[in-house]
Amino acid sequence: MMSSETRTIRVTINGRAFGRTIETNLLLSDFIRHEVELTGTHVGCEHGVCGACTILFEGKPARSCLMLAVQADGARIETIESLADGERLHPLQTAFAENHGLQCGYCTPGILMTMKAYLAETPRPTEAQVREALSGNLCRCTGYQQIVEAVLQAAALMRGERP
Amino acid sequence: MSTRLIGERVKRREDHRLLTGTASFIDDLHLPNMAHAAVLRSVHAKARIRRIDASKALALPGVLAVITHEDLGAANDPMPLLNNDRGFISPRTHRALAPGQVRFVGEAVALVVAESRYRAEDALELIEVDYDPSPAAVELLAATQPGAPLVHDDTNSNIACRTPHRRGDVEAAFAKADIVIAEELRPERGAAQPMETRGCVAQFDASADHLTVWDTTQAPVSARGLIAAKLGMPEAHVTVIAPDVGGGFGVKIMLLYPEELLIPFAARRLKRPVKWIEDRREHFLGSNHERLMIHKAELAATKDGVLLGLRDVYYYDSGAYCPYGPINAECAQGILPGPYKIPAIHTEYIAVYSNTPVVSPYRGAGMPHGNFVMETMMNRLADRLGIDRVEIRRRNLVRPEDCPYDGGTVFQYNTALIHRDCDYPALLTKLLGALGYGHFKASQASDRARGVYKGIGIGCYVEGTGIPPYEGMEVRIEPTGHVTVSTGYPSQGQGHQTTLAQVVAETLGVDPDKVVVQAGRTDRFAWGVGTFASRAAVVGCTAAQKATVKVRQRALNLAADKLEVAASDLEIVAGRVQLKGVPGVGITLAELAAASNPIITLEPGVEPGLRAIEYHRPEGATFASGMHGIILEVDIETGMVRIERYVVVHDCGVMINPAIVDGQALGATAQGIGGTFYEKLHFDEAGQLLTTTFMDYLIPTAMEIPRIELHHLEHPSSLNPLGAKGVGEGGVMPVAPAFAAAVEDALAPFGVKINAAPFSPPDVLALILGGTADREEQTVPHPPHPSTGSG
Repeated sequence: MMSSETRTIRVTINGRAFGRTIETNLLLSDFIRHEVELTGTHVGCEHGVCGACTILFEGKPARSCLMLAVQADGARIETIESLADGERLHPLQTAFAENHGLQCGYCTPGILMTMKAYLAETPRPTEAQVREALSGNLCRCTGYQQIVEAVLQAAALMRGERP
Repeated sequence: MSTRLIGERVKRREDHRLLTGTASFIDDLHLPNMAHAAVLRSVHAKARIRRIDASKALALPGVLAVITHEDLGAANDPMPLLNNDRGFISPRTHRALAPGQVRFVGEAVALVVAESRYRAEDALELIEVDYDPSPAAVELLAATQPGAPLVHDDTNSNIACRTPHRRGDVEAAFAKADIVIAEELRPERGAAQPMETRGCVAQFDASADHLTVWDTTQAPVSARGLIAAKLGMPEAHVTVIAPDVGGGFGVKIMLLYPEELLIPFAARRLKRPVKWIEDRREHFLGSNHERLMIHKAELAATKDGVLLGLRDVYYYDSGAYCPYGPINAECAQGILPGPYKIPAIHTEYIAVYSNTPVVSPYRGAGMPHGNFVMETMMNRLADRLGIDRVEIRRRNLVRPEDCPYDGGTVFQYNTALIHRDCDYPALLTKLLGALGYGHFKASQASDRARGVYKGIGIGCYVEGTGIPPYEGMEVRIEPTGHVTVSTGYPSQGQGHQTTLAQVVAETLGVDPDKVVVQAGRTDRFAWGVGTFASRAAVVGCTAAQKATVKVRQRALNLAADKLEVAASDLEIVAGRVQLKGVPGVGITLAELAAASNPIITLEPGVEPGLRAIEYHRPEGATFASGMHGIILEVDIETGMVRIERYVVVHDCGVMINPAIVDGQALGATAQGIGGTFYEKLHFDEAGQLLTTTFMDYLIPTAMEIPRIELHHLEHPSSLNPLGAKGVGEGGVMPVAPAFAAAVEDALAPFGVKINAAPFSPPDVLALILGGTADREEQTVPHPPHPSTGSG
């Protein structure tokens, strides 16, 4: 414990480069939230189960609470703050709002980032597939049904269909 | 009158911030020069503290302070007793920091403040606490035995409270009954586990002697009062703000949790902002639990299955302290009869201290426990009499023509369970039709013959909602044309901003986009109780409607004056007061607001501004109702349950926003499924909690929760002008008994009886292999003192 060894890292988050000198035991989730102050990524369990802290690490979903910030040196990261294109919401965001796919919204950023990557690979999922893809993200408010409906609608929107 | 908004699926105004990562949860606050805190927690369930040596921790670079109970002085006096149950024998409440004696693993012992959270957590390991541990009272029934270790040494028993309740001649009812059945039922211990843990940030402005506290509380107004009192400050010098809060479900009200006092105390002492964010393990240990009860229930009936009497004597695990009183036990009693007519009822709840974390309400607050008991007893009675489980319910339901009907028990705030504005037979008909009950029963035998074990089960509930004492609302029309609505109760995801805007905009006659809602900040509105017990729609929205009606009348009167017409000839359309039938004659609300607050003169006797504050003070609870039905299949080789159909039919009165109602019903049902199959807190004999991560306390995922079919019936409440009954908690209530019923039905050839929840696949398998085994109930001798004879 009590490592106060420091290292300087450079990380590209949402297309912007951040250079910071940090302690080597700093979690990536804490780096993103408290060093870079992108607080849209949330922390729910700090042991990799709940999925609230999910980000895209080199394009793939990853639990930022299970990585050290130093492991992200040189990496490209996307967070919830990059999901909308300026004022234009991503189809997932639109569909979640239309389907009441969130209540407290705490788990939502992790779910949106997970689903962004999932729909890129699976543009035409079934309900059962969406449920399986969501199963690494805990939500305590919704019972998931309206989330599932939102993801299916977002997939349709992204295919250019209006469901 | 104006555009219809109440009853519409209006999209939530909360969502944009939450979807774009721009919301502001407690841990998102970054204040200049902020320090960070961590809590040292007891590692023993019961121990004396001989000595705390913080010198090594204080020597660690970056550590600013270590605070123990001695530093707190009078601020560490016991916290208030929120519910003084009439049966209390020895009420004991917690303190912010344990003074010389710890009573559960996780109890707060000291607070470290450092330059970073990492440093504060490092420092915890350097604090030396010299504990003198002793045996702990952990298991509920064992804790009631003579000679059990005492949780509080100044008592002579761990029994905190014993409260009987009677209706009718119970002895006579049992004496004349054709049949009496008795069961011991055990809803187990669980926890709310919102996705955001608790947290607190405090900032002290020494020049103004003002403390600002951001707190993940469901009750900021009460929290402010207590923080001010404990710190000896005027309430005017303390502001409590509930920011965006990531789920509550009851666990985020304690009044006060230790940290809600310690963090403001530290911020004032250090004259620096201080932040504390609970981690998940701490949330398991240091935040409240819910649920374990052991019910010894008896039901008396005629041979036709008509209920004559109910007895239920039950033990309630209160944890180490009882700041809420035995509130879950009280609520369980309040809704125990469900939708059934029972002429004679005797209940008694016995709250017991144990060396485990404090127990307080989690969604449903004991009502799911009561429902588990009643519904299971109904099934047992039906089975014994050879009557269909649905038919026996039909024979005992309160009917609309019986209403108002006194159900015979008493809910919170001394509210009798009065059935009114309800139609339980209609709920049942709707459920059975949607479920295809008759069709299922017809095909069940042939399924069984080919080795497919399918079952059907239903669960019926009445949910107490909208409890007193009050909520308040200020509505004011601004010269900008905006309408500002301010209230004390905060949101933890329920969408209050949206529903309040719907109620105010429709009632006043303005565009909802013009309505600004401020909630959960004591600097905006400092009166109110809090968000719990399905109160917001019933109590809060009614207050909003009352205040809006008053403001509307003021606007009409003022416009009548200006336009020289009668107020009764005016209407308000899209923010403009106009003459009915002559829309060209009118004046905007913005102009009226400006005129009502003149710079130069104000007419004698006229209050400035177009504004009103109103309170809604319900005389007692309202009651919502519903029924769930399940068709499932059990794999008899593994005990696994596959859910085929899940149907919910409920009546929460008038729905302000049906999309939000759907979300409440679906989410509550999902939490019920967690409590049915997965979620159970396990302690070892020494009182160590063994389930402290999401790897061993299992929250259901999208794979475990089935698609749920929802049906709404809307019988408006006659107790408030909106007709709302509340919807937050009911969905949890019948889930476990309905699943138990369906699993029992599927396994009828094995004679399986489920008397405890949760029941996991291994539990179900054990029941299949062992027949009617009641798993844990027989391991501890029963206490000698249930106060009634048996029937």
